[in-house]
Amino acid sequence: MNTTIETIFKLLAIFTIVILLGFLVKAATSGSHHGVPLQKADINIGNKASLQRGYKYATNYCLGCHAASYSRYNRIGRDLGITEKQLTDNLIFTSNIRGEQSKPGDLMKVAMTKTYAKEAFGTVPPDLSLLTRSRGVDWIYTYLKSFYKDDSRPFGVNNLAFPDVGMPHVLWDLQGWQEKHVHAEDDGHGNKHETVSLELSEPGSKTPAEYDQVVRDITNFMAYLAEPVQQQRKTLGFFVMLFLVVFFVAAYFLKKEYWKDIH
Amino acid sequence: MKNLMAWIDARFPLTKMWEDHLSKYYAPKNFNFWYYFGSLALLVLVLQIVTGVFLTMHYKPDAGMAFASVEYIMRDVNWGWLIRYMHATGASAFFIVVYLHMFRGLIYGSYKNPRELIWIFGMMIYLALMAEAFMGYLLPWGQMSYWGAQVIVNLFGAIPGFGPELAVWIRGDFVVSDATLNRFFAFHVVAVPLVLIGLIVAHILALHEVGSNNPDGVDIKKDKDENGIPVDGIPFHPYYSVKDIVGVVVFLMFFFAVIFFAPEMGGYFLEHANFIPADPLKTPEHIAPVWYFTPFYTVLRAVPNPFGGVIAMGAAVVILFFLPWIDRNPIRSWRYRGFLHKYNILFFVVAFIWLGFLGVQAVTPLFAELGLRFTEVYFLFFIVMWFYNKPRSAVFSFTVFATLIALLLFIDSIRFSALSTEGKDYITTAFLIPAVYLFLTILGPVFASGLTEEKPVPARVTH
Repeated sequence: MNTTIETIFKLLAIFTIVILLGFLVKAATSGSHHGVPLQKADINIGNKASLQRGYKYATNYCLGCHAASYSRYNRIGRDLGITEKQLTDNLIFTSNIRGEQSKPGDLMKVAMTKTYAKEAFGTVPPDLSLLTRSRGVDWIYTYLKSFYKDDSRPFGVNNLAFPDVGMPHVLWDLQGWQEKHVHAEDDGHGNKHETVSLELSEPGSKTPAEYDQVVRDITNFMAYLAEPVQQQRKTLGFFVMLFLVVFFVAAYFLKKEYWKDIH
Repeated sequence: MKNLMAWIDARFPLTKMWEDHLSKYYAPKNFNFWYYFGSLALLVLVLQIVTGVFLTMHYKPDAGMAFASVEYIMRDVNWGWLIRYMHATGASAFFIVVYLHMFRGLIYGSYKNPRELIWIFGMMIYLALMAEAFMGYLLPWGQMSYWGAQVIVNLFGAIPGFGPELAVWIRGDFVVSDATLNRFFAFHVVAVPLVLIGLIVAHILALHEVGSNNPDGVDIKKDKDENGIPVDGIPFHPYYSVKDIVGVVVFLMFFFAVIFFAPEMGGYFLEHANFIPADPLKTPEHIAPVWYFTPFYTVLRAVPNPFGGVIAMGAAVVILFFLPWIDRNPIRSWRYRGFLHKYNILFFVVAFIWLGFLGVQAVTPLFAELGLRFTEVYFLFFIVMWFYNKPRSAVFSFTVFATLIALLLFIDSIRFSALSTEGKDYITTAFLIPAVYLFLTILGPVFASGLTEEKPVPARVTH
């Protein structure tokens, strides 16, 4: 009798631990997500051509207002296979205090002053160097695709991923203009579902698929910019792990040899 | 060589120290997996000091330059990224290793007579480590660095009377600022490491004075051969030095896998918001401390009154110091304790992990309720531990059970009116967590005495 009760108590005790761990796994994996659903950026940091295109677009469309002030021009040049001459001829549009063009070894500051930025946009555009590490690549990708026409905003555009953003749609000539459509649906049980979609009302110079690739290239470049060393890091990591495996085998047999007479 | 050693030994006890602490320090031969973490903690300490020295060469403790100097280390300093990632990952690794080391002490009763002081020194190391990690976390001067420090320093401000002045004194300013950064830097690189090293020396000296415990909790010094060497003891060097190398290599595999393939560890080791420079004018929508503080952060948030929260959080740490005097059951290792003692420890671990998880989450009514319940379990664990010191009568068990349940109900009655409607929905279900736990642990032995039945401790260590 006593042993039956004992077994019941033991099972109940084990059950409490299992169920609490189960709930923990459930709570940890069903993380609540707010904001728009993010689209997969699907970038490849090893694709040098994409990074070069991304750098070109970033120079033409982003770096006029945004600084990337922890990064240096020639570091990007070295990593992406761009010569210093190519950099100074095509990719450096900032200047030093004397009005001379910035040197390839300079940090990528921005030409626009903070005072001007505040007047024009109401805020200083954030530094681009680390944005993918704070926001995530998928967010950047989604953000750049989520501008839509909104006459209530100063620049006539708003953004689904970043409501009431101060930034105009600088890529409009590539993407064209999107409009926001709200579909109210009744699921048959009296519950209203609102789905928001963006539809292209005026096409730009690129097709939607081409535009996606442009945004992907920019995102890819920004991901590289946030941590320039990441490719090298992974390659080195592979060799370090390989070394540790060999070291482990040696250490394991050394231990075995020393311990063979301990019983 | 021999002459040189003799020359040194006449002037400095080099051979004696080598023998006392390594080649003739006899450790039990039955150490298992759990015994790697002490030497690993030492390894991580050395890594932190070495990488820290190199970081200090390039880092600028200045509110205007700190953030940029970290990025300078990451981008422009040769191998700076590796040193920085090692240091950042090392902080988390230190806590993982120390938590496992403490868990080892808990399951094998390593804090019991005669090792109380080893445990006390260990707890002091843990406290110093928390201070070290907290102040180090401010240095990158990101948003989480800044606001995390702001939140923690404000806790001191919750102390009635002199609290606000104390908080200003700690910061050196009315908000976290350049003055705070400078003093935290001084503490992080000089003061706390010195204290830490001193405490570690004391921890090891105390250990080597009384000898290591082992998974059986058997005292190996009781059984010595004709030379006075414990029969079940083996010299630390070379046996455990070669064994620990294996542990070191396995540890380094995990350590470097994180560094090379997931240095942010999904935002847990390097928080995403910390890649935004500190902005005193922009509070992040969700401030979460780094993972190793989150169990105590949840305890803090479980109490609605700020000062009460600080007291609860402080008590959650301080109570661990008293463990040797709470658990006075003569059997050390859980191998020979009853089923419910093991269950108590495992349930405590589950509660601790839950508290840690809740600490990184935004507070919802459900999570707030769970945070309180697991905080209750956290403290009840120590009472249950004490309860198992000796066999208890049925009357005593019912009295303890009724008293604790009444205490829980009393806490619920005073907080009930302040709860939201949603919070009220959860209260009865969540009450089951501490209630079922207490029912099993306190009343279980009344119905089935086998649940706390202890086994005889063998005279010598087993395999």
